[in-house]
This record gives sequence, C-alpha cells and structure tokens, in this order.
Amino acid sequence: MCDTCGCNVTDSNRNLVEAGGKHAKTEAGNEAIEVLQNLLHENNHRARHNREHFDKHSVLAINLMSSPGSGKTALLEATIDALNNSSEPLSIAVIEGDLETENDAQRIRDKNIPAIQITTGNACHLDAYMVHDALHELSLEGLDIVFIENVGNLVCPASFDLGHHLNVTLLSVTEGDDKPAKYPVMFRAADLTLLSKSDLLPVLDDFDVSKAEAHIRNLANPAPVFQLSARKNSVHNDQGIEQWIQWLKQQITHYKKHLSNGETLLPKVQREGQALHEGRIN
Amino acid sequence: MHELSVCQSIIAQVTQIAHENHAIAVTKIIVQIGPLSGIEAPLLEHAFPIASAGTIAQAARLETRILPIRVRCKLCGNENEATVNQLLCAACGTWQTSLLSGDEMLLKSIELEKSEEQAHV
Repeated sequence: MCDTCGCNVTDSNRNLVEAGGKHAKTEAGNEAIEVLQNLLHENNHRARHNREHFDKHSVLAINLMSSPGSGKTALLEATIDALNNSSEPLSIAVIEGDLETENDAQRIRDKNIPAIQITTGNACHLDAYMVHDALHELSLEGLDIVFIENVGNLVCPASFDLGHHLNVTLLSVTEGDDKPAKYPVMFRAADLTLLSKSDLLPVLDDFDVSKAEAHIRNLANPAPVFQLSARKNSVHNDQGIEQWIQWLKQQITHYKKHLSNGETLLPKVQREGQALHEGRIN
Repeated sequence: MHELSVCQSIIAQVTQIAHENHAIAVTKIIVQIGPLSGIEAPLLEHAFPIASAGTIAQAARLETRILPIRVRCKLCGNENEATVNQLLCAACGTWQTSLLSGDEMLLKSIELEKSEEQAHV
C-alpha cells in the first residue's frame, strides 16, 4: 500500500464506486464518484518506487533546483573538487536535466564522476518517469549521494516529486533578494537555500542577504540559508563550500538514521503536506 | 507550463476510473487547487481541452475549486488566512506557522455517464 502518493485513499474510497456503494446521482442521472487522489498520482507512485530504489542502496538523493544560470553545475564541480580534497570523501553521481545538450553531464564526467544526461526537449521540469529511466543507466553501488540537477526553472520543478529525499534551491545573488517572495512555491519547498555567486556581493548594492532570508522565513520555512561561491581561487570560496560539505555529511547521517528505523526521508514540505492531507482526507 | 502534464495525469486517472465503472463518458471533473500547489487554475483550464481531446473525457467540464491558504501559529495557536508569500500569524506576527490548507492539487470527484443498461444495473 502506498502511503506517499495517496493511492491508499483511492482504495479506501473504492467502496464508493462499487455496486451498492455510496455514490450519488446527479440531476442529469449521471454518477458522481468521490476520488480524492493527488492530481499527479501516477508521477508520485513512480517517485515512491525511485525512492525505494535509492533507499535499498542507502543513497541520499538531492534535487537541485534554481533558475537557469544560477550555478548548479558549477556548484557540483566545486563540490567534487572539495570532496576530492576531503579527509572523508563521499562517493557521488549526478543526473543532469536540461532541455537540450549534454554539456552539463560532460562537465561532470570530465571530473571522473558518473553523470547521466536527461534531455527533456520542451519539458520545463524533470518528472519521476525521467529519473526512473536515468536510474536504469546508473549503478548506485557504493554511492553516498546522487544529485539530480533539475531543469533551470523556478516554477514547474517544485511541483514534481522525483523520489528524492531533500530539496536544495540555489538563488544567485545577481537574481535579486526578492526571488523567494516572487516564487514562493519553490522556496517554501527548500530544505536548504544556497545564495550562490556570493563573491559578487561586494559589487552588488541591491542584494541584501538578510532580506532574502526574511522572504524565505515569510514562507514559514525554517531551512538554513548559506552563502557560497563556487569560483576557484575566490576568498569567499572555502568557507561556503566547507559549510555545504558539512551540511551534506550531516544529511547523510540523518538519512541513515531514518533508514535504520525502517523509514525513508522526505523533503520537509512533502512530509508536512502528507501528514496534513492524510489527516484531512481520512 | 507544467499544467499540460498535470492535465494528462488527470485524464489518465479519470480514464481508469471510468473504465472500472463501465462508463461511456466522463461528464464532469472537479479538482481542488491550493495557491501553493504551483498549479495555475486558468492554465489548467486552457490545457484541459488539449489533453482530453479524443479521450473518454473529451466532453467533460473541468471545474477548478480554489482553496484558501490557512495557517496555524506554532507559538500562539491562532488560525488565520494568509497570502502565498506571507504565511504569517495574524495574531502574533511570527513566521513559525503550519499550513492548514492551500497546497492542494486534488482530483476531488468525477461524474460519469453510463449506457442505459449499465445505469440500471
């Protein structure tokens, strides 16, 4: 029984649609059937299977979201470099989502990290089916983290569960500190927000870090906000990247604790939404 | 514009339910949308005829019901309506609130037309 996508609700309501069930007739004599199923029921079902696949291999899956050009791939490159220099390295792989080109996957492969490219054509977001197909091409053996780099877009990706465990949203400081107020669905879903390209802060007079954070809090989101620069040789680089690597390691520990209790880990917004709607529907 | 993907998902679910119930057509589809779901009701309504063309739901009317955003304060317990980017307690002003409603993307119910003999079974 699936308790992620709400199909248990369907089954519990199935008696409504069976002969003798409690289905109302409309004035036109048609039959009205109560469904109470998530609009993305099938996607969510597939996402649950993806998550089970990750969990079977104890691999933490992180959905990286942002607008185009905010530095998701550069962050991954800097992450790989930092992990290579770490005394406790992590083994990672990347699933890249783009409308066109293999460029981003190639940048990751150039660093000897496995990368699967999903080209979505005109689709503005990844969905659980695309990630499922990519997982057929990726061995999870021995990995600690799979990063899923979503299509650059601050709207659509937030609505699709991919089977990941955490949402990380990048906001580059050139985009403006009010982006969380303009794209509340995306930033409400973030388990961590990274203010990327932070080395540019000294030359930008219109990005106020405290305002960006306040906009995120106004979405009732308690998630941490880190400043970070992925630029090599930046004086701002080391501290932000180090904080990010430490956060990743904490999340792995947290995730494994969940697994040892026989549970998976859901992004906070999904966990709370699930608790809320199951309570209401039942 | 992911509303077309959402409509295709609605059509897939509705088609399955219609077949399970031996219906000959789907006449009405009611969905509940919260402003924090990331789905825009007008875009959903525009995408619907494209997704439903040639399916058992091609003559169906899509009814979208927008639910209000409501929050409960974790500190003082107050409940109030809120806006998409100000999920704040109206009583004490804190941002530490839980969402009570407003992120729904729910297929609420559908109406089916049955053939004469099915309708009397």
